[in-house]
Amino acid sequence: MSPDGSTVMANAASLSQTAAPVIDARGVNLVFETADGPVQALKDVSLSVTKGEFVSFIGPSGCGKTTFLRCVAALETPTSGALTVNGMIPDQARRARAYGYVFQAAGLYPWRTIAGNIRLPLEIMGFPRAEQDARVDRVLKLVDLAGFGRKYPWQLSGGMQQRASIARALAFDADILLMDEPFGALDEIVRDRLNEELLSLWARTQKTTLFVTHSIPEAVYLSTKIVVMSPRPGRITDIIDSPLPRERPLDIRESPEFLAVAHRVREGLRAGHVEV
Amino acid sequence: MRRTVLPVLAVVLAILALWYVAAIPMNIREVLTEAERAGAEVWGGTAPERQDRSAWALVVRNPDLAPAGWSQERPRLPAPHQVVRELYASTIGEEVFGRRGFVQTGEFSNRSLIYHAGVTLGATLVGFLIGAAAGVLLAVGIVHNRAMDMSVMPWAVISQTIPIVALAPMIIVVLNSMGVQGLLPKAIISAYLSFFPVVVGMVKGLRAPDQMQLDLMHTWSASGGETLRKLRLPASVPYLFASLKIAIAASLVGTIVGELPVQRGGLGARMLAGSYYGQTAQIWAALFMAAILAALLVWLMGWLERRTLRAMGVPA
Repeated sequence: MSPDGSTVMANAASLSQTAAPVIDARGVNLVFETADGPVQALKDVSLSVTKGEFVSFIGPSGCGKTTFLRCVAALETPTSGALTVNGMIPDQARRARAYGYVFQAAGLYPWRTIAGNIRLPLEIMGFPRAEQDARVDRVLKLVDLAGFGRKYPWQLSGGMQQRASIARALAFDADILLMDEPFGALDEIVRDRLNEELLSLWARTQKTTLFVTHSIPEAVYLSTKIVVMSPRPGRITDIIDSPLPRERPLDIRESPEFLAVAHRVREGLRAGHVEV
Repeated sequence: MRRTVLPVLAVVLAILALWYVAAIPMNIREVLTEAERAGAEVWGGTAPERQDRSAWALVVRNPDLAPAGWSQERPRLPAPHQVVRELYASTIGEEVFGRRGFVQTGEFSNRSLIYHAGVTLGATLVGFLIGAAAGVLLAVGIVHNRAMDMSVMPWAVISQTIPIVALAPMIIVVLNSMGVQGLLPKAIISAYLSFFPVVVGMVKGLRAPDQMQLDLMHTWSASGGETLRKLRLPASVPYLFASLKIAIAASLVGTIVGELPVQRGGLGARMLAGSYYGQTAQIWAALFMAAILAALLVWLMGWLERRTLRAMGVPA
């Protein structure tokens, strides 16, 4: 651990104490009953996320990073422990449209145009038609897809489809964005560009973002906070508050600060493996 | 299109050749009996003796007489051109321009295959609509209700294991005793056959959306009805049309079977009447009419499918 990182960490810690946490997990456990017996997917996970943070979850498969995101989204229910989203239990938060969820695959409906896909949650939530159109236009511009509203998903590249799915998650103005390896299926060149765009999107919208990834550079480049997890049982091994400034050009990835954080993430991942 | 013409033509020609060849031994015994009656010299001894000889032997040893098997009045197996002639006569030749034809009388006679095809088509379409609707409703129930999921499918499978030929007369008799006659009993038999492929296809189609798409709906707090309308139903459309093509052909078969015991018009009635009076050409003509009707109906479904999928943005 660099002395530099620890002072910034201390600063960030004092900051987060002042604001009410958007996501607050205390001793969350989740056990799946499977045919081979119970599997502890999450063990004693405690985490607090404040408004406007960009939190990455990194770790090998089976470490529970996706499971934790699904708990926040009320797609899974913790076996024990306390988990609140905007001060509500996750199920209430979902009904209050607290978050937009972006999956690894874009999951656009092939029978709907891009605009139709983005409109889908708005239709379900009962927005008036004129407002649907206005919102679709706005988020299409936000993800730089203006003019593509009438195209069908198959007419767009994989990267553009994923941007459309981000636009869909943003359309109903949830203040939390949950992203489960959204760029995992894309090639590295597209991925780099989307990372840059996501960062600028985050800077403009100030949405609290939870981001699951396999990639150390991606996690370090994007995050204000990196949560390192390890498997069997899924648990948090390290929480790193990034010392990097919010303004991040792509070449920050060659800076010593960046490499120091990446090193600490790698150490955390290795430690998780040694303990097993 | 052009690439398919040649193979299709080759298969048709092969079938025609086989048919013409088969008509000779099939009809040889009657041909020889008639020739003997007319005073011709026949190889193979008397008629009872000829019964013990193989048909091919009779053909080979009576080479001059055998070709008459293609032009008999009442052949056991009519030759293709005889079927075509009968088909033409009972659709257009006699029945439109002939003495009792549509042009003279202003209506179709009960020997017109157009009239009979119309009767069959009506019951088929009604039965198909009932069957398809029942199939879709059952599938929706199976996907949304665990009790129905466990209970309906086995019964649906069992229903299809009962031979429809055995069941059809019972349905007609029971409905008749309740005062239901005419088109409806046939349509019900037709629906009985057509609902099954729709149930199977639609259950698969409604379950086609993957877990991620269902999770997405859940994150938007969509109700079951909204998930059905906006996700499951659109996703099931390709499966629906695949089943509808099978179902409409099954509907036609069901209607024809339903027409057999009733004998009030329809291609089924026409086929049975043909077999009563030994009019094999009439049976074959009705059979071809049914095949043409089935092909048209299946093609119609394919056309509807293409139009629907194009409207849903599927690349053409």
